[in-house]
This record gives sequence, C-alpha cells and structure tokens, in this order.
Amino acid sequence: MIEVEGLRREFKVATSKGLRRRYKTVTAVDGVSFGVAAGEAVGYVGPNGAGKSTTIKMLTGILVPTSGRVRVSGVDPSKQRRDLARRIGVVFGQRSQLWWDLPLRDSFDLLRSIYRVPPRDYRARLDECVELLGLRETLATPVRQLSLGQRMRGEITAALLHAPELLVLDEPTIGLDLESKERLREFLKDINTRRGTTLLLTTHDLDDIERLCPRLMVIDHGRVLADGPLDDLRAEVTPERELVIDLREPGPAPDVPGVTAVRSEAGGLRHHLTFRRAEMTAAQLITLVVRQVEVHDLAVVEPEIDDVIRKLYQRQTLTGRTSVES
Amino acid sequence: MADLIYPRLIGARLRSQLSYRASFAMDFVTQVIAQCYELLVILVLFTQITALGGFTKNEVLLMYAFAGAAFGVADLFAGQLDNLPTYIRTGTFDVLLMRPLGTLPQIMCSDIRLRRIGRITGGIAVLAYALANVPVDWSPAKVALTVVTPIAGAVIYSAVWVVACSVCFWIVEGREFANAVTYGSNAFTSYPINVYSRPLRWVMAFVVPGAFVAYYPSLALLGKQDPLGLPGWVGWTSPLVAALAAAAAGLVWRFAVRHYRGTGS
Repeated sequence: MIEVEGLRREFKVATSKGLRRRYKTVTAVDGVSFGVAAGEAVGYVGPNGAGKSTTIKMLTGILVPTSGRVRVSGVDPSKQRRDLARRIGVVFGQRSQLWWDLPLRDSFDLLRSIYRVPPRDYRARLDECVELLGLRETLATPVRQLSLGQRMRGEITAALLHAPELLVLDEPTIGLDLESKERLREFLKDINTRRGTTLLLTTHDLDDIERLCPRLMVIDHGRVLADGPLDDLRAEVTPERELVIDLREPGPAPDVPGVTAVRSEAGGLRHHLTFRRAEMTAAQLITLVVRQVEVHDLAVVEPEIDDVIRKLYQRQTLTGRTSVES
Repeated sequence: MADLIYPRLIGARLRSQLSYRASFAMDFVTQVIAQCYELLVILVLFTQITALGGFTKNEVLLMYAFAGAAFGVADLFAGQLDNLPTYIRTGTFDVLLMRPLGTLPQIMCSDIRLRRIGRITGGIAVLAYALANVPVDWSPAKVALTVVTPIAGAVIYSAVWVVACSVCFWIVEGREFANAVTYGSNAFTSYPINVYSRPLRWVMAFVVPGAFVAYYPSLALLGKQDPLGLPGWVGWTSPLVAALAAAAAGLVWRFAVRHYRGTGS
C-alpha cells in the first residue's frame, strides 16, 4: 500500500540577521524507508518536529520529496496528486475539510460530487458511518456549531465517503475528551478489521497506538528509530517485566535467582519483583514463587508504552553523543 | 455529471451566505456607494473640463462603465484570491491539494461573495446610461462587442489577479502587492489611456493588458481613431487578449504551486 525508500526532505529556513537574508538548510526527513501492506494499521509517533507531518505530506502528494522514492496505492503522490486523492482518505486533526457555514450533510453531499461517488454507494457508506459514529442528530447542524468531537467524527466520515483503500490520520484524537477518543478508536478499529482499510496515523496519544495499531514506527530527527510490533519493541527496549504479588500473610519477598525484589508495600503484604523476559517466562516465575509463599493474587505488569518510547529516545541521544565524541 | 461540481461549490457558498442576510444587505449597499464615489470623481472632473484626452464626459463614462462591470465580475471570482495568504498560513491550501480537483478553480469557487454584485450592478447601470448618450453607429457586431467586452475584461482582470496573488507563494504577506496591481489596474483602465505618461501606458496597456479591458473596445465601439496610432481592429481583439492572459496566468499559477510543494512548509 505504501512503499517509501530513502525519503528525504529539506527546507530552506531564513535566518535573517541584519539586512542580508541567509538561508540554512534543515533536513526534516532524513532517509526514511518503510513499507505498509494492505490492511495494516500503523502508528507513526515521534516528538514535535520529528518529521511526522512532513512525511505525511509527502505521502499524500502535498509536498514533493527532495530525494527518495514514494509509492502510495500504486501511484507516485507528487506526480499523480489527483489520482491519489481518489484512492486515499486524509484527516488532519487540526484543519477541517468541511464547509464551515453549511450543515454537515451538505459537506458530505459536496464531497460526493467532488469524488464522483455513485449515489447508491454514497448512501450506504454515509448511513454506515452515521450509524456507527452516532452522527444522526448532527447532520442538519452547521459545522461551525459542532463540538470538536462531533466535528472530528464528521471529518472521518468525510474522508471515507469515497471508500479509500488507505486512511491517513494526522493527530485524529487531539483535543478530544476520553469518551470521544474511545468512540473514534473503536470505529477506526472496526473499519480496519472489517473493511480492510489500511490505517496510518500519527498521534501523541499512545493509547491510540495501544488500541489500534499492532505496528509502531518511531521517528525522531527525521529518522526512523524503531519499527515493529509494539510487543517486540517493548521486549527490546525494556527487557524487564514486573510481577506484583499479594501474599495471604505479610512476609518477606520470595527469593528466586535472577529476580530482584524492587519494593514492598502494605507492610510486606505486596511485593514488586522484576525479571528479565529473556531469561524467564512469567509462568515459570509464578511457579517458582508459589512454591515459596502463599499467594493471594498476582499481576504481570508490562512497561507502559510511554516508557518504551522514552527509552528509545534516550538510546538515540546516547548513541548520538558517542558518535560526536569519536 | 461530475463537471457540475464547480456550480455546486458556488451554490454551497451562496447558501452559506444566506445565513448572514443582514451583513449581505449592508455590504451590497457599501459596494454601490463605493462605486458612486468613483463615478463622482469623473463627474466633478468634467465640471472643470470638457474633454479628457480628447474624449467627452459620456465617452469616458463608457470606459469607466466597461472597466467597472468587468472588474465587478472578476472580483466575484478572483477576489477570493485575497484569502490565499490565510489559506497558506492555516494549512487550508493543503486541504485543497488533497482533493482530486485543481487548486485554482477550488479557490475561485470557495468564496463567491454575493455583495460584490453591488459593483457589477453599478457598472451595468452606468454602462446603460453611457451607451444611451454616446454616438454609436450600431451594427450586430457592435452589439456583440458590447456584450463580450465586460466578459473579456473580467477574464483579463482575473488573470492579472491570479498572477499578482501567485506572489503570496513566495512572500506570504504579498497581499499588499497583489492589491496594488489589481485595484491599481482597475483605476487605470477606467480612464482613456492616453492621459497617462508613456512608460506607464506601455506597462499598463501591454504588459498588464489593461487597455484591452475598456479603452480599445470603447474606441472600436465609438468608431474613433486611437490617438496613440494603433489600427482600429485592435479594439476587437480583447477576447483573444483575454484568452492569452488566462493561459499565461494558468502557467504562472502552476509554477507557483509547484514552488509551494517544493519548498512550502
């Protein structure tokens, strides 16, 4: 669905001091390569200014790459912008493609004309989105009077009316309350699994990734730091997991070789143990633990996705530093 | 079927303005008043003189009316290019690029303001008055010329507008420059061009083909000789000039958008 190879994009930034303008070249995207297969759901994350939006703009044909190769849905985005527009849907969380002063329904109807959607398909798709997203009551409301959550649901419906193979979402949940976020995620998950629409989304909300995207790409300083299933990244970056046990009676932490008791709570009733996932499975550890103590309850805690990404950034800055010194 | 999309976009824009009826009425009146001021300037001028560049009051009014009507129509379609800096800054332009349509027609249809009809109405009223009061040797060809002239003029103005606004892709706050060119050329074309100095005349007549909006067609209609010596058939070439101007503007716009996608942010 998406093929990207050695993608680079530079910007000239004016650094005007005094009267003479000087330009310096800033590389926003610096040799990014990846592929996305049809039907995948991929999260694209990174801090502000990492190059996410620039990548998205090159994928959607808005910007032309400085160098590198991009193919999306079988076409070259920068050369066949209009062709591509018919095949993909794009939602920008921070800008609207709806008509501000018109009822929501009118915007959809205009998009139907713009994308030449046959009336029957249009009605079926609109009905489906309206039903699943609960937009029925808002169809007659002018867009300017919609809440942010309603508007975002409208934007996503608008992007899906021409049944795109690929839906690109730039910060779709930004500024939404928890309930709206959850509703959007559920809907996106549904169109991904049921309709097979490929999803690529950038986000700052890591819950989006956790809920929606089996695959995660992390970008920083214009380079891909990591690319893979979330679970693999967790295993690689944070090799330690934690087992929390509640004992029946207060007592000392069980002593298992290779396992560290990091802390105790409630006067020895609860213990936190860390173990390396490469050396031991959770099941093995539990078997060893229940031999020593009487366990009332236990839970395996996976590192939070935030921790995983923070560790990735740290690792990057560390390697960055060593390369400067050498 | 799909080609109906632009009329539909315009229709949508008109509908959304109906939600602001009161401000529409006020804007309309404002536009008519603005038009009257310009008219007043000409009328006051002719209380002091009897001819301007060899043209009588009513002949000058004819040029003024052609220019006014043409500018009004151009303003209706190309005036929203004034929003381009905002579109670029807020990312709305990116939204236009994501649709399977050309960016220029999308912008032109994006913000048709009905109040601008005030200007067109004013122009046509003065045109009717002037035509009734100038000596024209009417023929079918001249009737056609009268109808086509405001349209060709509108295309020429629009082309000027597109080219001037393309500057905004390089200098985001290029609006002032663009306005100077567009409104400036309107002021220029409202008078006989032989009253201007030679360099200005050349630029405004042939680089920006403003003289083809009103001046040359008026000469042809009145059957007058060009005081500057161009042959009489020049007055009939406005549609051709308009087509060339539109083609040139299209090329400039394409070049500008290509620049934006190459270095925009």
